[in-house]
Amino acid sequence: MARKSTTQRVVVSTIGAWFFGFLIFFPILWMVLASFKTELEAFAIPPSFLFFHWTTENYATVQERSDYLLHAMNSIIIAGGSTLIALLIAIPAAWSMAFSPTKRTKDILLWMLSTKMMPPVGVLVPIYLIYKTFGLLDSRIGLVFILCLGNLPIVIWMLFTYFKEIPRDILEAARMDGATIGRELVYVLTPMAIPGLASTLLLNLILAWNEAFWTLNLSTSNAAPLTTFIASYSSPEGLFWAKLSAASTLAIAPILVLGWFSQKQLVRGLTFGAVK
Amino acid sequence: MGQITLQGVQKSFGPVHIIKGADLEIADGSFVVFVGPSGCGKTTLLRLIAGLEDVTGGSILIDGKNVVDTPPAKRGLSMVFQSYALYPHMSVRGNIGFGLKMAGLRKDEINRKVEAAAATLNLTPYLERKPRELSGGQRQRVAIGRAIVREPKAFLFDEPLSNLDAALRVQMRIEVTRLQKQLGTTAIYVTHDQVEAMTMADKIVVLNGGKIEQYGSPLELYERPANLFVAGFIGSPKMNLVTGDSAAQKGAATIGVRPEHLKIDRDGTGGWQGTIAVAEHLGSDTFLYVDAGPLGMLTARYIGELSLHAGDRVSLVPDPARIHRFDASGNALRN
Repeated sequence: MARKSTTQRVVVSTIGAWFFGFLIFFPILWMVLASFKTELEAFAIPPSFLFFHWTTENYATVQERSDYLLHAMNSIIIAGGSTLIALLIAIPAAWSMAFSPTKRTKDILLWMLSTKMMPPVGVLVPIYLIYKTFGLLDSRIGLVFILCLGNLPIVIWMLFTYFKEIPRDILEAARMDGATIGRELVYVLTPMAIPGLASTLLLNLILAWNEAFWTLNLSTSNAAPLTTFIASYSSPEGLFWAKLSAASTLAIAPILVLGWFSQKQLVRGLTFGAVK
Repeated sequence: MGQITLQGVQKSFGPVHIIKGADLEIADGSFVVFVGPSGCGKTTLLRLIAGLEDVTGGSILIDGKNVVDTPPAKRGLSMVFQSYALYPHMSVRGNIGFGLKMAGLRKDEINRKVEAAAATLNLTPYLERKPRELSGGQRQRVAIGRAIVREPKAFLFDEPLSNLDAALRVQMRIEVTRLQKQLGTTAIYVTHDQVEAMTMADKIVVLNGGKIEQYGSPLELYERPANLFVAGFIGSPKMNLVTGDSAAQKGAATIGVRPEHLKIDRDGTGGWQGTIAVAEHLGSDTFLYVDAGPLGMLTARYIGELSLHAGDRVSLVPDPARIHRFDASGNALRN
């Protein structure tokens, strides 16, 4: 009896899991499908699911109308650059807070987190004016800088929790074994921290890639990443669903592929420390 | 050589004094156990010797050289941690050989030494495994292997057996003792388990509240405790401590009698009268916990089986030659 009910439960929960998985994935699937429809079919009621006239003309139009590769390159530079700089700042910061905390460490961490609670729009005007003064509007460096600052608290927090998990005893054992700080770093700490660093890097890359508020407000053409590129398809003369879908599909494709191949690290990164 | 001398060693964390001046002479090749209740400073003292903490005052001499300003690695000591502290990403071979690699030894020499250490500890079949693929006892052996392979002046053990189950702990206790005798290397071993202390040590340091209460051989501590704390701490079950008239008759503020030095008399009228609250029959021993009215609870030990049960009345007669006397401040009174 027990075995039977277990099997039933497994079947039910599997179906349930697939159902909810599909539900969550459906908008993305719909978007990809719409990108292969004509504008008329994309609007059609009732909508056609798979049996429509498949076309790649939207992709051609999108590439013709705006330079996808330029925007993709901007996205790579902005997301990659801001992530790398954030890591460079966050690693020593998290390191020192994890391994030689002071009585103020907790306050500092909470203060950092509190900055994420502020709505970005609250500081849009001063930042816009500062950027204007320094000529940083519509520049890659300007976006790298602002996204780096925006994500820094999360990066520091994630790395801090990772480093915290590395037992002090192991570092002390290395010290007893005669490792200098440098060698301790190379032989003991880095190998142990790599999974944490990798998932922090990935998550931050995705956050920066998807960031739309600052990129939309601070860039127009030269430095515009893919988020701005998508937004340009919601034009005043009406929505072009099929083309918008094609642009969106192109925009999310790189990060989707990256996410797919690194899901193990990502899940680990997001649940790290939750269970021993 | 591994002679370690502590001279007035002090350690404070802010306003809190953890070690209040420790003086100690540890002879080369001896096995010294630091024992005491939790929070007594025994681990801190070990970490001060290791160099993992800086002293606030005093000096630590290793083979006559003051090492307080010497980093841990240069002190020539190796340490076995309570948590084993193995490098999780390295194989057993990598773990044991890490110290040698840091010392810049040639690869073939490292391998030779690692294999010799592994053979001593029965770890040869596991050399290529990662720590997570080993049992608790094997991990502990790797930690010990890492310590012995460097041929240190002294081993420092920080409660190394406390994560093992009871049976394995007894086995490892014997192995560690045998290994230390075989290598003849000085060892300092921290534990809160006084049975471990009594069975392993050449000499025991009893610590309490950051102070050394007594330093001596296990039997010295058992037979001639310097004060009430040591009297109560060493020996299991604990020494019976009696105050009041019985003590005054012996010219002391407190007298102490070990459970094995109380003669159990079924229907006697002499000695201390009481009712058995709990009787533990272990076969080899019988422990009686006797409610002796104003004297409090007394513990008596009988070697072998004694058919007495809870509720029975007994009288306990202390062996007059084995009574320990203490003055009002708790120090032992010698005859």
